[in-house]
Amino acid sequence: MKRDNGRANGALPTRGLSRRKLFRLGSAAAAGALLATAKAGAEEAAPPADNPWSQTMGAGVVDRPYGVPAEGEAGVIRRNVPWLTAGTESSVSFSPLQELNGIITPNGLFFERYHAGRTDVTRDEHRLMIHGLVERPIVLTMDDILRFPSVSRIHFIECPANGGMEWRAAQLNSLQFTHGMISCAEWTGVKLSTLLEEVGLKKNAKWALVEGADGAHMTRSLPLDKCLDDCLIVYGQNGEALRPEQGYPLRLIVPGWEGNVSIKWLRRIKIGDKPWYTREETSKYTDLMPNGKSRGFTWLIDAKSVVTFPCPEKPLRHGPGSYEIRGLAWTGNGKVREVHVSTDGGANWQKAQLHEPVLSKALTRFSMPWQWDGKPALIESRVIDETGYVQPTIGQLRKIRGSNSIYHNNSIQTWQIKQDGSVFDVQTA
Amino acid sequence: MFKPLKLTLIAAGVLAFAVAAQAQQKKPYGYGKPATPEQIAGWNIDARGDDGEGLPAGKGDVARGTEVFAEQCAVCHGTFGEGEGRYPKLVGGNGTLTADRPEPTVGSYWPFAVTLWDYINRAMPMPTPHTLSADDVYALTAYVLNLNNLVPDDFVADKTSLPKVKMPNHDNFSWQDPRPDTAAKPCMTKCIDPKDIKIISTAEGTDLTPRTTGPLDTMQPK
Repeated sequence: MKRDNGRANGALPTRGLSRRKLFRLGSAAAAGALLATAKAGAEEAAPPADNPWSQTMGAGVVDRPYGVPAEGEAGVIRRNVPWLTAGTESSVSFSPLQELNGIITPNGLFFERYHAGRTDVTRDEHRLMIHGLVERPIVLTMDDILRFPSVSRIHFIECPANGGMEWRAAQLNSLQFTHGMISCAEWTGVKLSTLLEEVGLKKNAKWALVEGADGAHMTRSLPLDKCLDDCLIVYGQNGEALRPEQGYPLRLIVPGWEGNVSIKWLRRIKIGDKPWYTREETSKYTDLMPNGKSRGFTWLIDAKSVVTFPCPEKPLRHGPGSYEIRGLAWTGNGKVREVHVSTDGGANWQKAQLHEPVLSKALTRFSMPWQWDGKPALIESRVIDETGYVQPTIGQLRKIRGSNSIYHNNSIQTWQIKQDGSVFDVQTA
Repeated sequence: MFKPLKLTLIAAGVLAFAVAAQAQQKKPYGYGKPATPEQIAGWNIDARGDDGEGLPAGKGDVARGTEVFAEQCAVCHGTFGEGEGRYPKLVGGNGTLTADRPEPTVGSYWPFAVTLWDYINRAMPMPTPHTLSADDVYALTAYVLNLNNLVPDDFVADKTSLPKVKMPNHDNFSWQDPRPDTAAKPCMTKCIDPKDIKIISTAEGTDLTPRTTGPLDTMQPK
């Protein structure tokens, strides 16, 4: 008897079926119908009936030598906004934050950002060259890099354009698309400082140029202070080798700074005395202010938080009653100190509970119990980081930066809850 | 006799450990191989934006740039840099940086001309990067600058002329991060009168959001 699993021969569990119906309903605009269908499906699968998967034998070991998620999770995937970019090779995809638990992003769901497409590098032919203002320029193979003392750290990477489409107005009715250009992983590799000590920095060394092996040879300038502080050259991501999407076999991690500087497929580090003013730090990744001036080298990711439940993809399905508001907070400035949650559009706030572990420059989970009275509500979260910095509103940001700066929108997100439990992305004043 | 022997053994052990620890700390580790001048020359492709350090020998003029651009670049960027579809516009946008819809282009936004050489050389053309000669990269740089009226028709780009091209928006960049630039206060109760809270925009009904369940969406703007 050979069967892939209980769901492959048409004996789909009723819950799976109802879930597919939900998929077809598509946008959260159909949230009312969505609530009703979910309820009916749950009742059909209830005891005393025995389930089909209980009446058969499952697949054996190594049926899937490299595991995959359950079939019912097929919709939990990275997604893109096709109209946003000219093609998919210089583009971005978004992590499904609405479906994730904990603080670690599974490797297959880590958001993508390419400038010349995913680069498939042959590990044994990959080299890292370190040269410039150093005593001993070197070329390292991956095997060489593995010999250096190793460290593991949990850090988020956020594209500074995360939320960039919301500068002008609430546009995307989806947590995945308003906030999904962030992911968090445990990274394993070598401290960049270890490698820089190895090559010996010359006295006038002040900056590093970091460059990828992709078709765009993605390049950024980094001040040496940051390189020596906490940057990592990593080959491990959540316990396995980096995924090609995240820079296999070697990438840079610049903790707490805009994701663009964490160069993937890292092939070269050149030490110099000045920055290089590459295209990615002049034409792009600079912030245009309302007076026509632009800010460059704005690397830091300021503190930000977002409620991940409820959200447009995850409406309130059970009518008035008890809910747990859940969310994520992070800061490039160290640790999250506090998160506050409001259910009345920012008139009143309550302290949320932070979930351990609370790590520096990593995603932090928070939650707060909530008794919903069934009336319209405006849900928001606000983070304060360990420096005392308070996450601003979009109005406060616009007052200073206007709405054309694309990057670094770390404003408070407002979710509008309607009476039927559906949720919409809104902005308030 | 037994006791002193034991102490000696411990002492020897400690000494051995100290030696081992010292051996571990020995630096440099010496892993990898020295980078040879030939290896460095092959990969050392960067040209520094503000002073042109790293620009190679070679040159290219506007006329040659016109030809190469038509062959290699126009399909995405348009014959005159106007941009096809959603591909970047390379020309124009002057005076728009304070407008409601700014158009940042090479001419209106880029602070350094050398960065254009570096970027074309490292990343363009997108489907076949690193196939242009240094001369052709100079020629393309000259052409795009000329399209933006930043250099004359007889301009020849090389490692001396390019760093001297003054970009109009150069002085409008600051390279010091002024953040934090907001100072929100963590008020907890009665921060705003709920009656004053107004929804000023909503994503409801914008038709911009791809679906977030089922297969990938291929939606285009409606």
